[in-house]
Amino acid sequence: MATPNTLLWEVFIRSRNGLAHKHVGSLHASDATMALQAARDIYTRRGEGLSIWVVPSTAITASDPAEKGMMFEPAESKIYRHPTFYEVPEEVGHM
Amino acid sequence: MYTQALNTVETADRGLEDAGKAAQFQARIDAEERIEPNDWMPAAYRKTLTRQISQHAHSEIVGMLPEGNWITRAPTLRRKAALLAKVQDECGHGLYLYAAAETLGSSREELVDAMLAGKAKYSSIFNYPTLTWADIGTIGWLVDGAAIMNQIPLCRCSYGPYARAMIRVCKEESFHQRQGYEIMVTLCRGSDEQKAMAQDALNRWWWPVLMMFGPPDATSQHSDTSTKWKIKRFSNDELRQKFVDATVPQAQYLGLTIPDPGMTQDADGHWRYSEIDWTEFKQVLAGNGPCNRDRMAARRKAHDEGAWVREAAASYAAKRAQRQTAQAAE
Repeated sequence: MATPNTLLWEVFIRSRNGLAHKHVGSLHASDATMALQAARDIYTRRGEGLSIWVVPSTAITASDPAEKGMMFEPAESKIYRHPTFYEVPEEVGHM
Repeated sequence: MYTQALNTVETADRGLEDAGKAAQFQARIDAEERIEPNDWMPAAYRKTLTRQISQHAHSEIVGMLPEGNWITRAPTLRRKAALLAKVQDECGHGLYLYAAAETLGSSREELVDAMLAGKAKYSSIFNYPTLTWADIGTIGWLVDGAAIMNQIPLCRCSYGPYARAMIRVCKEESFHQRQGYEIMVTLCRGSDEQKAMAQDALNRWWWPVLMMFGPPDATSQHSDTSTKWKIKRFSNDELRQKFVDATVPQAQYLGLTIPDPGMTQDADGHWRYSEIDWTEFKQVLAGNGPCNRDRMAARRKAHDEGAWVREAAASYAAKRAQRQTAQAAE
């Protein structure tokens, strides 16, 4: 008999106080409590974190990489959003 | 070890695929870009990687068996704790790799079922038995040493999820090799019997470990596509030679003799080993190694005996979900 599929979860870990939670991988578990315990065992065997988030993979909405051109073009053409676009006289020094 | 799957050739279905997309794909590979799960990829690339990564995952899982055999008999509490941690790592490695393989579109359950049905392979090295405590030292030193040689280039593999999983694995693998070598150093500094035990383990493992790198370049047909796709970055013989060159001085330090009377050192420093007995390799690969049947039986037993746990977890989750929906409706 084929084994029934178990839910997929994405795991995020905060490695140090003050840092953001970062995606580290995924795992299978049938509920959130078990996902959290499995994340502890799989991704933090060497003190990699202070806090773990587990999120059902189905809850993530992702942009389509095939449309990345259209998606991110507006940011690319607006060079005036960067500080280096503006000229400050040398005499003024570092700003 | 774990690139055994790349020694099989994938028949390409190029005719059916968009030539333009295939060219674009190859251009990305040539530019050292990483391929991600949702990117377009040739069907043969997907198939090769699914087979390679899942076999690698199965190898990690089956690899727990020969070492797990010694956890309860480790000579000290320190050795026992280290071995237990190492075996837990192997399990973790298997899980990172299954997750990477799944991004290619097969479910974890399908991959595991294929292994249990005998349709997917695992590394042949685990079909050898661990007869004495020295085997645990030798596995860490040589089997994990060979695995590191093989896996470091995989950290730069063109498929992003596989490369990232390998980075995590390699970080942890170094502990494995060092703990193995420490066991060997202790045995070699011990009584005559202990040293003899270390030599015996080396004698039994040396040739199977050299076979882990796969058939010689002259006879292996895989390389073309896997190399072109930057899944495999070094040939079997190149990696094997690197391993031998790194290992000979380590054996000399231990005062152990590599069981190859024909081994010589070149003027350029490379250690040249004798001809490898590939008929043995083919026999083990075909299922006739010393432990093939044991390993499969142990995996199937563990899977069957865990069935009630999976069922209980699933029905508990279903019950809770149902209760939540009922409460929300009130």
